[in-house]
Amino acid sequence: MRLDLEKRSDRSSLMALLSPIIAVALTLLFGAIVFWLRGVDPLHGLYVYFIQPMTDEWSREKLIVKATPLVLMGAGLALSYKANIWNIGAEGQFVMGALAAGAVPVLFPTWQSPEVMVVMLLAGSLGGLLWAWIPAVLKVKFHANEILTSLMLVYVARLVFDWLVRGIMRDPKGMNFPKSVRFEGWQRLPSWGDVHLGALFALVAALALAFVMYRMLKGFELRTLGLAPRAGRFAGFSADKAVYFCFAVSGAMAGLAGATDVMGVAHQLQTPYEPNYGFVAIIVAFLGRLNPIGSIIAGLLLAITFIGGEAAQATLHIPDKIAKVFQGVLLFFVLACDTLILYRIKLRAKK
Amino acid sequence: MKKLLLSAAVLAMALGSATVSANAADKYKACFVYLGAIGDFGWTYQHNEARKQVDAELGDKVETVYVENVAEADSAGAIERLARDGCKIIFTTSFGYMEPTLEVAAKYPDVKFEHATGFKTAPNVTTYNAKFHQGRYVLGQIAAKMSKTGTAGYIASFPIPEVVAGINAFMLGAQSVNPNFKIKIVWANTWFDPGKEGDAAKVLFSQGADIIAQHTDSAAAITVAEEQGKLGFGQSSDQIKFGPKAQLTANLDNWGPYYVRRIKAAMDGSWKTQSSWDGMAEGTVKLAPFTNMPDDVAKMAAATTADITSGKLDPFGGKITKQDGTVVDKVDDGMILGMNWYVKGIDDQLPK
Repeated sequence: MRLDLEKRSDRSSLMALLSPIIAVALTLLFGAIVFWLRGVDPLHGLYVYFIQPMTDEWSREKLIVKATPLVLMGAGLALSYKANIWNIGAEGQFVMGALAAGAVPVLFPTWQSPEVMVVMLLAGSLGGLLWAWIPAVLKVKFHANEILTSLMLVYVARLVFDWLVRGIMRDPKGMNFPKSVRFEGWQRLPSWGDVHLGALFALVAALALAFVMYRMLKGFELRTLGLAPRAGRFAGFSADKAVYFCFAVSGAMAGLAGATDVMGVAHQLQTPYEPNYGFVAIIVAFLGRLNPIGSIIAGLLLAITFIGGEAAQATLHIPDKIAKVFQGVLLFFVLACDTLILYRIKLRAKK
Repeated sequence: MKKLLLSAAVLAMALGSATVSANAADKYKACFVYLGAIGDFGWTYQHNEARKQVDAELGDKVETVYVENVAEADSAGAIERLARDGCKIIFTTSFGYMEPTLEVAAKYPDVKFEHATGFKTAPNVTTYNAKFHQGRYVLGQIAAKMSKTGTAGYIASFPIPEVVAGINAFMLGAQSVNPNFKIKIVWANTWFDPGKEGDAAKVLFSQGADIIAQHTDSAAAITVAEEQGKLGFGQSSDQIKFGPKAQLTANLDNWGPYYVRRIKAAMDGSWKTQSSWDGMAEGTVKLAPFTNMPDDVAKMAAATTADITSGKLDPFGGKITKQDGTVVDKVDDGMILGMNWYVKGIDDQLPK
């Protein structure tokens, strides 16, 4: 006997829409079981983890702050994945964006005017874009697998960041601690409570990318190349240009996310800087059905797993590892549901 | 579809059970923010052991809560959550929590904050640290006695004053026994990364060191020493079970008495802002039992420990010659807390 996946002749569009909802439901069920095994009342556990973060003003703000980088990157990745171009390295582009943005106040600590904010945001986007450009060039020129190159560059980015922040970008008055100077005034993003301007960028960017994807020729081109590369070529679309475009957009979004994170939350560079938002953004893109607008909802949901994880530790006394397992489980169920929509499982007797 | 309905039902029930939240309103809530996992058997482990001591000694008057694995760059959220959850006193146990602690403290003036190893205080923010270099001086003496090659390996984390002072104290202790003692240093650039720490230990052993000391948090170094039949020291916690034949002693972080004292003070209203820097005299710095060494070495180590505890011996007392040859007549506390130079005899360069 063996298990085979057999392609379904027709796929239900209803199920395709429901798939993320089923995945979330299964994750909740899984969570309930985990809580129960830990001796926590499962309903109370789920409440603390998933509902409580939405119940008061303070944690709603935190939720938006966490969702900001996830939505920015998730939307960029959605566009890229839709074109069948696999940028797995948003985390590295995020780190390079943060580094490029942070370089401005490190070089010009006394620069205080609205322009410095704009320059930092542009520097961040450009940093992410250029870092993403590397796997794009490698793919187009040398046919190197972009999944591998973009992923590996995450670790290179982290090391570059670490090296610089420990070295020449260190705060000269910081007692040798591996941190840059604190950003002040206009070097920070304006904020309302904890929510900073980046949240607005995320919203606008997701809507703009959705517009590009579904209302403009460029989007049609990318979707065609993603679904049927040959057909795309016959239509005169350039696959190479699509690679550059997708990496540029998703890289710039990741860089912008990195810039807004250091300018809006941490207010300085410090190493190690490994928030893993770039990897979680991959889950966001898939959960959002590779639709930039879907990324907004998915980003908020994944943000809950960060905030809820903290809450679960503080109130339910469950360890951090269990709190974080939800993110992985969620992606697992999304992908499993998607697979089962396209394929059915067949048991076959071995010949 | 069934599953969808099921999940809706689960959610609805979850909303309904919102009021279950167990609340012990009359207990004094003391909270802790940890950098690593409580199972690191090093820095965070010791803070958590101290928290357990608070539980044991103050019993049902206090409720303790902790959050682990809190990244420094993103710690303000976790600290603020604890402040909002009714914590009356919050211990933030890593240097990198300094700015976030101060930021949150400014928003919650009624909550007391205690920040480990930092240097900025506020009306409701106290800093606390310990003179770990005192223990390292004894470790250096033992190393110089026990080493056959006359060379110790040292895994360092970040070139911050506390770590540099630790290396210097270790070297001064070793030189008090063997003036030609050598020390090889690897900068791991991490507080906790067992893989990296283990690799560093292997490199140091292969370069001629036969004893290892470390200023990183895991038990990886002592584990490697045990495997290779070499010697070493435990860090932060007693790591004898990772190196039953390798561990000579361990430089212990014993935060328990401090935590108990401060939480009591907070409860009875006598809590004041301060910068606490306790050492062996107060019991915050302790050494694990001397093992795997001849009696005379253990006796010497015990005598040195007693002298430091009584104040008769100060590791940085007297004239100190720096690496560049200049002489410092008196090293005061401020110089130790800002130390950015090596003593003579160390041929490493501080990472710039």
